[in-house]
Order: sequence, then C-alpha cells, then structure tokens
Amino acid sequence: MLVYALVAGLLFGLYFSLVGIGLNLVFGVMRIVNLAHGDFLMLGAFIAVGVSALAGLDPLFAVPLAFVVFVLVGLALYYLLVPRLQGSVDPEMLSIILFFGLSQVIEALTTIAFGTSERSIASNELGKILAGLRVHVFGGEADGPVELFGQSFPASWVISAAVSVVAILLVYLYLYRTRLGTLTRAVMSRREEAFATGINVDRVSAVAFGIGLGLAAVAGVFTPFMFGSVTPAFGEDATVTSFAIVVLGSLGNPIGTALGGVVYGISYMVVQTYLSSWADLLPYVLLILILLLRPSGLLGRRVRVA
Amino acid sequence: MVRHLLFVVAPLIVVFAVLPAVYENHLMLFNFVVFLILAQGVNVIYGFTGYLPFGYVGFFGGGAYGFAVMVMHLHASAPVAVLAAGLAGVVLGLLLSPLLRLSGAYFAIANLAAALAVLHFVANPALEGITRGPYGVSLTATFNPNAAYVAALLVLALTMATVVFLKNSRFGLALQSVREDPVSAAMAGVNVVRMRVIAWLASALIAGLAGGVYAWYVSVFFPDNVFSSTFSIFAIVFALFGGVATIVGPIVGVLILYGVYNLIGFTTPQYFQLIYGLLIMGLVLFLPAGLVSLATRRGWHVP
Repeated sequence: MLVYALVAGLLFGLYFSLVGIGLNLVFGVMRIVNLAHGDFLMLGAFIAVGVSALAGLDPLFAVPLAFVVFVLVGLALYYLLVPRLQGSVDPEMLSIILFFGLSQVIEALTTIAFGTSERSIASNELGKILAGLRVHVFGGEADGPVELFGQSFPASWVISAAVSVVAILLVYLYLYRTRLGTLTRAVMSRREEAFATGINVDRVSAVAFGIGLGLAAVAGVFTPFMFGSVTPAFGEDATVTSFAIVVLGSLGNPIGTALGGVVYGISYMVVQTYLSSWADLLPYVLLILILLLRPSGLLGRRVRVA
Repeated sequence: MVRHLLFVVAPLIVVFAVLPAVYENHLMLFNFVVFLILAQGVNVIYGFTGYLPFGYVGFFGGGAYGFAVMVMHLHASAPVAVLAAGLAGVVLGLLLSPLLRLSGAYFAIANLAAALAVLHFVANPALEGITRGPYGVSLTATFNPNAAYVAALLVLALTMATVVFLKNSRFGLALQSVREDPVSAAMAGVNVVRMRVIAWLASALIAGLAGGVYAWYVSVFFPDNVFSSTFSIFAIVFALFGGVATIVGPIVGVLILYGVYNLIGFTTPQYFQLIYGLLIMGLVLFLPAGLVSLATRRGWHVP
C-alpha cells in the first residue's frame, strides 16, 4: 500500500508540478498574483471535453490546441490589463482583486455557456492514439491499466505525468537555452535594472504571461482524468492548490515548482491512504505552515516577511 | 465622534429597526444587516491596516459553528451562544495572528487557505459527533428570527461604533500611519505589532458575532453555506466599491451593490457573478479608491 501511495503520489505530483508552473512564471516575471489561474485550468478541461465529445478525437489533441489558444488569450489579456495595473499604487495587492474579478467573469461565462453539471471523459479515451506504442513499452492490454513497480495505475495518470515532464523540460529549455528565456530570467530577478538595460520588459512579460496561461490550460486538459470530472466552479479550489504547490517550491522559481509538485503529490497520496478524511485539509495547512515557517519555500533564498 | 454617531450610525440603525414593520421580506433585510456588519468588519482590518482578509468568512463560519456547538451540546441560550460565537472568532483570530507577519499578497492567500482549512476541519466526517460534519446542523431550540434580527442590529451598532472610533481616535490615525509606512510609524513611537493585532482581533470578533446571529436567524445550515467564499468576497467588494477607511463608504457599497444583487441575483446568479466580476475589474483599473473618492477628489469631506 505504501508503494502504491508513493508511486501514485509521484504521478500526481508531476501533474501538480504542471498545474503550478504557469502560476509561478506569471508571479515571478510580473509580481502579479493570478487568482484566476484555476479558472484557466478549468477552461483547458472544457477544451479537452470539447475535443473528445464533439470531435471524437483523442483528448491529447487538446494539448496543442489549448496551449496555442491560451498563449494568444494571455497576450491579449496582458496588454488589456497589466500595464494599467503596474501603474497603480500597489500592483501586487490590486492584482489579487483584479484577477479575482477575472476569475468570477470566467466562471460566470462558463456557467452561462455550459451549465453547472459535471463533465467527464472516459478514462480510456486519453492516449488511444498511442495504444500501440503503450502495449509495446509496458505490455498488457491496449486500454487497460499500466503496471509500475508491481502496482497497476490508470494509463491516463501515467500519460498525464509523462506530458507534465515534457512540458516542464520545455519550460526549462525555454528559460535557460533561448534568448527570450534569458531576458525573462533577467526581468524575474531585477525588473528595474532589466528595464534600464533596454530590455523590452513589456514584451518579455507578455510572452511569459501567455506561456503561463497556456501551461495552465494544458494542465487543465488532464484535470478530468486526475479528478474524475470538472465543473465551472472547479477553478477556486484549483487556484488555492496551485498556490500551495508554488509556495512549497518557492515563489518566483519556476523550476522549484517541479519539486513542490512532487512533494505535494506524494504527501497528498500518503495522507489519502492512511488518514483519508483529513486529506482535504492538507493543501491549506501545508500552505500556511510553509508560509509561516519557511516563507521562501524549499528552494528559495529570499524571505518575504513584513 | 459624537457627530458621526448621531448623524450616520443612529439613522442607519433606526431605519433598519423600522423597516421590518413596513417591508415583508425580512430575510432580505436581515441579509442587508449581515453584509453591513461584514463590510464594516473588512473595513476595520483592510481599511485601517491594509491587510486584505481574503478568508474573512473563516471567522464568520467559525462563529456560526461556535453558536451551533453551544446550543447543541451545552444547551446555551441564544444570546450566550452569540457571545460564544464572538469568542470563537477571537480565538480563531489569535490562532491566525502569526499570519500578520506575512505581507501583501502572501497574507491574503494564507488567510484564504486558513478559511478553507477551517471549513474542511468543521466539515470533516470524523468530527460528526461535535459539528455534525458535512451533514449540517438544525437548531430548533433557539429558532427566533425576530430576536436574531434585533441582535444583528446590536452587532451592527457595535461594529459601526468601532469604525467611528477608528476614524476619530489617535489609535485609528496611528493604524493608518502604519498602513502607509510601517517603518516611519514605528520610529514615531507607534507599537506596530500590538496595534495590528488589536485591529485584527476586533475584526475577527465582529465577523464571529455576525456568524453567531446568522446561525441564530437561519437555524438550519451546512458547512458550505456558512463558509461560502461569497461572504468574504461580497464583504470585500462592497467595502472597496464604496471606499475603505471611511464610515459611509462600506454602507454605500452594501446598499448599492447588494441592492442590485437582490434585483437580478436570485433567479440567475451567474449573471450577477458576471456583473460583479466585471465591476471588480473596472473598480481596480479605474477607481481603486472607491465611490467616495469621486467626492473627496472634488474636495468634499466624507466621514
């Protein structure tokens, strides 16, 4: 049972890393608290439902679609909202309220469009185009569970975790191996100095914001498989969970989020296994404890206290 | 101070005391009073110290459950249980006072997480023997909406008096100086930490008492009802919309926005959600200091 909890925790944790990484990128670059993060996750899930139910395609096709659509949405939202916000007295505080408003708008529009009922996708829909490859690698049946360390897990969990690893690697390559990524890191560490050296801070930030929302939507594609179903109201809990993961890894350090997600996933699964009625409390208690005891997160250096 | 009590607080209380006799939707009137209390409670902490209590509902729900536990297990009378609800708010406030070490967004998020933690704690099936867990409470012994309405008016009067005090006292002025610049305020001899904690506990007490009278009035509720984030959000938005750190700002906010909500909200909540979402965004982008700033910008004095 412990092995199962640990491996399931790792699979969930890799997925949780993807859930948090976009939020952290946005905060790190812009010092903006995106309280609507969970709602972009929810929208990604609805894209997956649409691709699967309306087009009859493998939900994996929703991954590039969700990413491209939400990068564009992010660019548009950035230029619409952020410059005006950055000019105000207290951008960080006001961003909380602004993005809370945005999250309400998204939730309301989604409810108006799709109603409040739960949407789900049959678990064997995910990765059906890869079924042949899967049988080749893991053995077993084309739409059955996957064997790992002598335990069997839903194939959709393994696929979500695998896509998350690829996405996080791509974020890493973007930040550390591309020119725009280097500029992004410059803006993250010293915004004013980056501006003074002639970096187009607005353009760098807009791209980071777009990528952040795109990653949230990609994580959302897998939400119906990890949590069973999704409703327009899913966003709020997802936002708080994302913050728990991000703070765990340390705010402003996107790669730390990968670690934060795994730690969170494993502890969640272990509590779920041994103390199931208390598992819902975990993200909140963890978030508060980390903020109080180690506000810089597991990998952080800077301390953010008054 | 006397002027504010006489010309702002007293008329408000009198109007809400008389209204039930001429208007039959008592639940709506009661909700107006509850939101007036909560918006002013947010005003006490956010308006005067700058801490944004995103999980303000934690104290409210904690108060409601404090009331319920007193009635269910100790068979307390309703007024005693309301006082216990206020105490529950203060105790929660004390437990969470380390959060005041966090600044800005970190405080707001930690406070939100704290409210959700209290919700999941109360709603835990493992605590069914104490809180009835997720199954909700039904308090028939204390059911008395008229008395609960009067109690709510008393809590409102107390809350308003607190805001009037903050607005007119050296204490309130010192708090606002801390909000603007904690370092200079500390150098000027203001005991920053103690004052923040006092404002924080006052605001927790207000929300706890509000939760107590709410539990008394509705008498049947579930954890999701009394911990609904709607309470935090509405209270914050109402207070901000009118303008914080003033006496009349939150009142104006509640009367206008909750009035609009009651006109359109009940049949199609998602449309109200859409409207207030857009309203919040517009507020932050174009009028961050609230409606009263329209008046103060022209040099009018707003209490």
